[in-house]
Amino acid sequence: MSDLPLIHVDHAVPAPATATPSRGGRGRRLRLLSRTDRVVITLMVLVPLLLVVALVWLPALATVALSGTDWDGIGPISEIDWVGGRNYSDVVNIYPPFVPAMQNNLLWLAALFVVATPFGMFLAVLLDKEIRGSRFYQTALYLPVVLSLALIGFVWQLIYSRDQGLLNAVLGSQTDWYGDPDVNIWAVLVAAGWRHVGYIMLLYLAGLKGVDPSLREAASVDGASETSTFFRVIFPVLRPINIIVLVVTVIESLRAFDLVWVINKGRNGLELISALVTQNVVGEASRIGFGSALATIMLAVSLVFITVYLAVVMRENRR
Amino acid sequence: MSASTMTRPPASEPASEPAPRRRPLRPARVVLHLFLGAVAVGWLFPILWAVLTSLRSYEYTATNGYVSLGGWTLDNYVTAWRTAEFGQHFLNSVYITVPAVLLTLFLASCVAFVIARFSWKLNIVLLGLFTAANLLPQQALLIPLFRIFTEVPLPEFMSDSELLYDSYWGLILVNVAFQCGFCVFVLSNYMKALPRDLYEAAMVDGASIWRQYWQVTMPLCRPALAALATLEVTWIYNEFFWATVLMRTGDKFPVTSSLNNLRGEFFTDNNLVSAGSVLVAIPTLVIFFLLQKQFVKGLTLGASKG
Repeated sequence: MSDLPLIHVDHAVPAPATATPSRGGRGRRLRLLSRTDRVVITLMVLVPLLLVVALVWLPALATVALSGTDWDGIGPISEIDWVGGRNYSDVVNIYPPFVPAMQNNLLWLAALFVVATPFGMFLAVLLDKEIRGSRFYQTALYLPVVLSLALIGFVWQLIYSRDQGLLNAVLGSQTDWYGDPDVNIWAVLVAAGWRHVGYIMLLYLAGLKGVDPSLREAASVDGASETSTFFRVIFPVLRPINIIVLVVTVIESLRAFDLVWVINKGRNGLELISALVTQNVVGEASRIGFGSALATIMLAVSLVFITVYLAVVMRENRR
Repeated sequence: MSASTMTRPPASEPASEPAPRRRPLRPARVVLHLFLGAVAVGWLFPILWAVLTSLRSYEYTATNGYVSLGGWTLDNYVTAWRTAEFGQHFLNSVYITVPAVLLTLFLASCVAFVIARFSWKLNIVLLGLFTAANLLPQQALLIPLFRIFTEVPLPEFMSDSELLYDSYWGLILVNVAFQCGFCVFVLSNYMKALPRDLYEAAMVDGASIWRQYWQVTMPLCRPALAALATLEVTWIYNEFFWATVLMRTGDKFPVTSSLNNLRGEFFTDNNLVSAGSVLVAIPTLVIFFLLQKQFVKGLTLGASKG
């Protein structure tokens, strides 16, 4: 056992080109370790790695592979036929919920990105000043972050319900806020944004506390106003956090699922890609190839942003 | 966010600033307080409304409307607890959450230790593999995982379904696989910030790798482990998707995903819905108020997930 199995990882899983091991240095260092130590190290890495590869990365690859087949999910794997891009063209052309789902996912992203994220940032900037009661305000704002999105669906039902909801009682209207396909996506976005604001506020506040105070002092000596100090000095310094927040927002909007699933399983105005994938697998009609094509689209989009995210955090780490 | 933020002294913690010095109130300050106060009340309102509704009888609110006061009772909690079998579902959540959190922290700290202790070039690939796994959309992996879970047999004493599907074991594993990435990321940063002389001293003493991990590194990581444990308990308790699709038997669902099955039973009675919601929220709210610092620290340590 002269070599660590660790090194074979890059055969099983595609590795970025930058990661070519330099054999000399590692070999020399390993010889300092006893045989038991080497076994222990191998196990410490291998067991978790196997779990993650088996339950995350292999399924991800399998999803991509299945998206080119017509498998029905029941028959033996040997009977799978390759159909090329047919599932994708079916998704786009003959699957009515696809376009609304794409629109809703984009709307979700836009709402979080244009409204909830800037509002969270704004609150963080306000709370970063030395004010009394800051802690109470912070607690109130991030309280929703500890609730699951499924539970949030139920909590807001008390406000949105047609016959027993607060909103209709106050407005005197008869709108079914969760059921009416013209308004329900907006109602859901308010609930999702309610949680997102607190989360973003928290991330930014931590970032702002880490900003070197001398930057602010220098800006105020130069006579810059508070607003221009923020946009010209503080905001650029927070670049890593800005990127992380951007990625978190994109991934949250792509993964949005729980909220619409508890309301109506993602139908009737609340279509989302994640809900469509789930319907195609656990629903009445299990169309595996078709669902996989939808899932592959999700994977592709998320991988782009995950790569950006990793590039940023890894660069930050090396500093 | 990175190691630099977590190793910094308390200055980076949002909630622990020195008491502001007394200053004459300026109009701008008053406006600021009014604005923040209004936002805070607005943010708390949906939760307070749920608590309020849960404490009132259905008959009273049905006659007087919800915008009224009166009809105070605790019956909704009793009824909700009984009809929804919350006792069983809470127990299921414990069966899943506790082992999953312990296993996640153990496995993740092992990987993080190796990444931080040795400077192999492959470390970055390893770190990437784990961290990215935490960010993938779960639904995109559902199809093959569902199939794997329905194919892998378990002995009957482990699960009466005799499959990974519809078993606590399956849910624990899938939660661990997903949550490991985040913990590896946070812990490896934390461990990298520990002084390297520690290991040299341990090597001189002839300590094995396992002892270096378990007796040198882990005790020093207690703050990070505490923060992560708080966060992971909340996340796994709140996990909805996997339990919804990988469980079948009604009384095996953990509490968060059992909510959806209550829909029918509670359909016409919002007071019951609110009592149920409050019951489900209580564990996370207790954690939040008792361990708020840990929770915030955990989130801002990794700053990668919600």
